[in-house]
This record gives sequence, structure tokens and C-alpha cells, in this order.
Amino acid sequence: MPFARTNPDEHGRFGEFGGRYVPETLMHPVEELEKAYETARQDPAFQTEFKDLLRNYAGRPTPLFHARRLTEYAGGAQIFLKREDLLHTGAHKINNCLGQALLARRMNKTRLVAETGAGQHGVGTATVAALLGLECVVYMGSEDMARQAPNVFRMRLLGAEVIPVSSGSKTLKDAINEAMRDWVTNVENTHYLLGSVLGPHPYPVMVRDFHRVIGEEARRQILDAAGRLPHLLVACVGGGSNSIGLFYEFIPDAGVEMIGVEAGGRGRELGEHAARFDGGKPGVLHGSYTYVLQTADGLISNTHSVSAGLDYPAVGPEHAALFRSGRAEYTRASDAEALEAARLLARLEGIIPALESAHAVAEVLKRARRLPADSIAIVNISGRGDKDLGIFQGTS
Amino acid sequence: MTTTFTSAIEAALRNPASARANKLIVYLTAGDPTLHDTGELMAAIARGGADLIELGVPFSDPMADGPVIQRASERAVRSGAALAAIIERLADWRRAIGVPVILFSYYNPILQYGLERFSRALSQTGAEGALVVDLSPEEAEPYAATMRAARLDTVFLASPTSTDERLARIARLSAGFVYLISRPGVTGEKADFSSAVPPLVKRVRQFTDLPLAVGFGLSTPEQVRQVQSLADAAVVGSAVVRAIEDRYPTEGKAGIERFVRWLKTGVGSEPQ
Repeated sequence: MPFARTNPDEHGRFGEFGGRYVPETLMHPVEELEKAYETARQDPAFQTEFKDLLRNYAGRPTPLFHARRLTEYAGGAQIFLKREDLLHTGAHKINNCLGQALLARRMNKTRLVAETGAGQHGVGTATVAALLGLECVVYMGSEDMARQAPNVFRMRLLGAEVIPVSSGSKTLKDAINEAMRDWVTNVENTHYLLGSVLGPHPYPVMVRDFHRVIGEEARRQILDAAGRLPHLLVACVGGGSNSIGLFYEFIPDAGVEMIGVEAGGRGRELGEHAARFDGGKPGVLHGSYTYVLQTADGLISNTHSVSAGLDYPAVGPEHAALFRSGRAEYTRASDAEALEAARLLARLEGIIPALESAHAVAEVLKRARRLPADSIAIVNISGRGDKDLGIFQGTS
Repeated sequence: MTTTFTSAIEAALRNPASARANKLIVYLTAGDPTLHDTGELMAAIARGGADLIELGVPFSDPMADGPVIQRASERAVRSGAALAAIIERLADWRRAIGVPVILFSYYNPILQYGLERFSRALSQTGAEGALVVDLSPEEAEPYAATMRAARLDTVFLASPTSTDERLARIARLSAGFVYLISRPGVTGEKADFSSAVPPLVKRVRQFTDLPLAVGFGLSTPEQVRQVQSLADAAVVGSAVVRAIEDRYPTEGKAGIERFVRWLKTGVGSEPQ
């Protein structure tokens, strides 16, 4: 069955998922954002400035690297790495930060608020705020601040205020709650620069659009390098921004399998992982109807992952739609598998990936060996691992 | 919209034409500090003079709430309070008091409980309606229809940031009363009174004859009376929840009753 690229309907729904579940106070700002984005999207001047910054500030296009030693190790498909880790600030997150910051400026907002888990999105937001001369406040779970300390220093060096969040699980979901509270209180001058394909419409589609360049480049690059499409795409899925960025361009290419890798954490019980498609069910969190890890009473579950960027109980609604339609497949990699895969990539290719991206590396190793040597797998290295050195040290 | 039956909530919040408005709505979080206390606290709040009680369903991620109600929600979740357990006890709590009760909840607990099952069960408890804080009118049609079928009132929020088009839709879906948010932001006590209230009352009044209640940020009898000079009822949430946090452990339910009476009548200084 042919698949078309998914786009939300006028209610912001990808199939049954998505929508707009926010308090009334946020409805007007969200509608305003939708209008502003719709106008900007069709404005050639906006697109030209965005593309110029992606190229000359962020460093696009990123390379597609044939990882020969990793390929040999796996013993199967040819593995190519999409090197988002080489972007300015060290992760794909900067794509979306640039897009939304330009939009914020268009809307005459002078202040950016953001949440961050691993700190990559916070660093990206602090960076674009400095670039455009905007005030910047980043909310970060106190547990995440401890385990991703280098990124806290980077944000502060860039002039952002980093506010610890000690409520709930002290991680990404609580940082999002706090960023939303700030936004609703200061909506007059503030744009909420949400960091993943989550939240109320238009965030999921807007953030995806700012990241779709990943897949556009990868598709062109693999056709140039190999003359054919890949058999397999693999990317990690927290909220799901790097994975949707890679997948989106390939959705109509029926022969391309798309695998999203969730955080398997340290066990299968609720609270020990962040595998929403395995242990979760549809529900509403942070403005969107999607797969959510939760109790029978509808309370949102705590999650665990060694990687702060995947440690979140809900997933982007477009992924929920891709899961439901069967166009993409979702699986999990454990903490231990991710750590092992990161070490392997470091030694075999001289590339230290972020622990988030290492989940995708772990999965591509399992899949590649089951495929013939003339097939191709592309894995998204969504970020670099410098921020995780402390965790590598603590677990060696 | 025109309701075909007389809503108990509407009746409770209507002020006689001859007298100045004096209706007071009080919020508390169910299960704070434990479910065992909630029935007694509701009775104390009713004795103190509340005309309607908003009973909060604790949620893990109360993104519309400020620190005071967040803490109450955390205490309640820790004590094991959740929607099913609350509905199980609500009939007893409601029967013991003479004022209407609505549930104040985030959407996910209701969605997981099941919309039809929720409205049926809620109706059987004798409670009068619900307000779902993160359910926008755009997403609310199925919910509003099942609630109407169960003869329950659906209260929606109106904000100073709502456009007239949105206010019309909010008024159309609302039954019982319309809850006006005094300022953009989360719940919590504020010293000053928002200048956004008078124009908002006027704008919402164009679209409905339902009673109008104003909340978010009110914590003193002066603010309550200021609201009552503009609208039908004032809502006090965080200030009462803070009293439950601070006073209830030492003063018991009598302390909460005194606190609500002070808010309602404004007689004397804040009870010590």
C-alpha cells in the first residue's frame, strides 16, 4: 500500500493523534503562532534567511558518512551515518531553534523560554537567542542539570538563565510544565521555543518542517553515493524530532523501512523505561493526544533512561500516526545496549555519539547483520557525546 | 445555550436582584492531605459559607497551576488519591452538604476513565458538573455531549486573551456558569487586582446570561468583594489550599471553616 507524507488536518490531527489540549489562556497564543507560522512558511524571505542560517551558521549540509569499520563489525548492510552531531552546538536541535527564533522575531517577541532534557535544545535556544539578541530562559529538571552539567555551563556562558525544576520527576516533562507556566504568564512578549515534535498544534508540524532538511539531504546524498535508496532508516525517538526529520522525506518510498528506537532503560516495568509504544497507551499530555506512559488512573508515569533526551513519557503525535498506520516500526534499546554501542562507535569510527543517538546505533547493529551486504542502512547520529562524558566515566 | 432544565449551579450562583452579589466558590484538591480528610474539609467549607465547591482531581502534571496547588496535587497523588477513588466517595461527601459540587480536572484522568462512564458515575454521585482545565472547546464536543446527556453542567474557562469568536463558542458550550480567568497565567494568589476583569466580564456578558464567576489570583475578602461588584461570584483556590496546608494540621476543620467565613463575610482581620 502506498503511503503519503502525513500532514495534520485543520484541527492539528495526524489521523486521530495530535490536536490542541491547552488551557483557554494558551489558545489565543497558539492560534497566533499557527497564523504566524503559516505566513512565514510561504514567505520566500523567511525561507531564504532560514536556509542561509542553516548553511552559514549551523553548518548544513551535514555529511553522510559510510561507516566501513562499523559495517564490517556488524557483517551485513552498508551502514551510513547522518552526521547531525557535526552541526553547530552539537545536535540536530539547532535546525528548529533557528526556525522558531526567526519566527519569534517576526512576531515581535523579545523573550524566548524553552525546556531542555539533555541540554542540547537548551544550548540551541541559548545560542539563537544570543544570535538574534533575545532574552532567554531555559527550564531544566534538577536531575538533568546534575547529569548534563557541561550543557548547563554552556547555556549560562551564552547568556541564558537556567532555572532548575524540582517538581515531579525533576526531568524533561516537568521542565515542559514549567516552561508552559512561564509562557502563559508572559505571553505578551514571550515565545515558547518547544524543542520537539510535541505539544499543541502547530508545534508538531512546525518543528518537523524545520527538521525535514535532515531527510532531504540524506535522500539526495545516498542517491549520489550509492545510486539507490536505503533499505533501512534508524533513529532514536524521545519526543521524536530527529527521527521525524530523517523519516519524513522517505515516507512515500515504499521500500524504505523506518525504525524508531525508544529508550528501553533498565527494565520493562512502568517507570523503568521510556518505551511509549511498548508500555504506553493513547492519552493527553502537554497539549497533544498521543501514546503516553501512564497509570490505570491516567496519571502520567515517571520514566527512566540513561539518556536525558529520551527520558520522557509521551511521543510526538505524527509518530503515533506512523505507528498506527504501520509505516514506521518502533523498538527499544536498553541503557546498557546504548552505552555499549556508543563505546563501539567511538573505537571503530572515532565518533563519540550522544547517548540518545547511541540507542539508534545499537539497533542498526542488530538489523544490519540480518541484511545482505548490498543493502544500505542510514542511522541518524543526532548529537555528539561530549555532554555524556561524565556518564561514560561513571559507567566504565 | 439555553438549557431545558434549571441547573442547580445556576440557581446557587444567582444573586437576588435586590441585593449585592455575594456568591463565593471555593476550590480544594481531593485527597489533600488524604481522602479521609476531604469529606470533612468540604463540609467545613460549606459551613463557612461557600455557595459552590470545586473539587480538584489531583494530576501528576498540573501545568495550569501555580506552586500552591502543585504541592497539594503532589500530596494528594502521594496519598493515593485518583479519579476512581474520588468518585467512589463523592456521593457521601456531596450528600452531607447543601451546596453544589463540580469536579475540576485535567483531561487525561477522565479520558482514561472513559467519557460515558465518567458522566454516568458523576451523575450518580449527585455532583452537578465538571470543569476540565486543558480541554479546549475545539476538542470538547464529545465530552460536552455525554455530560449533557447525563444532565451535568459543563463549565468552561474564558480568558482575557480569548477573542470574541472564542468567547461565543465558550458561552455556547458552557452550562451552570462561565469561569473567567482574571489574568493570563497560572493559579495562585496575587496582591493586586487585575484590570483585565471588568472588560472581560462585559465581553462575556454579550454572549450569555449564565452566572459569571471570576477566579485566579484572589486571596482576600477585599478582592472577593471587588469581583462580586463586577460578576456573580468569586472563586478562591490557592488561598484556601494554602490554609489547608498551613492551618489544617494545627487548627483542624474549624480553622478552615473560619478562613472561608472570613473570605465570605470579610468581618474582622484574617483569622490567626
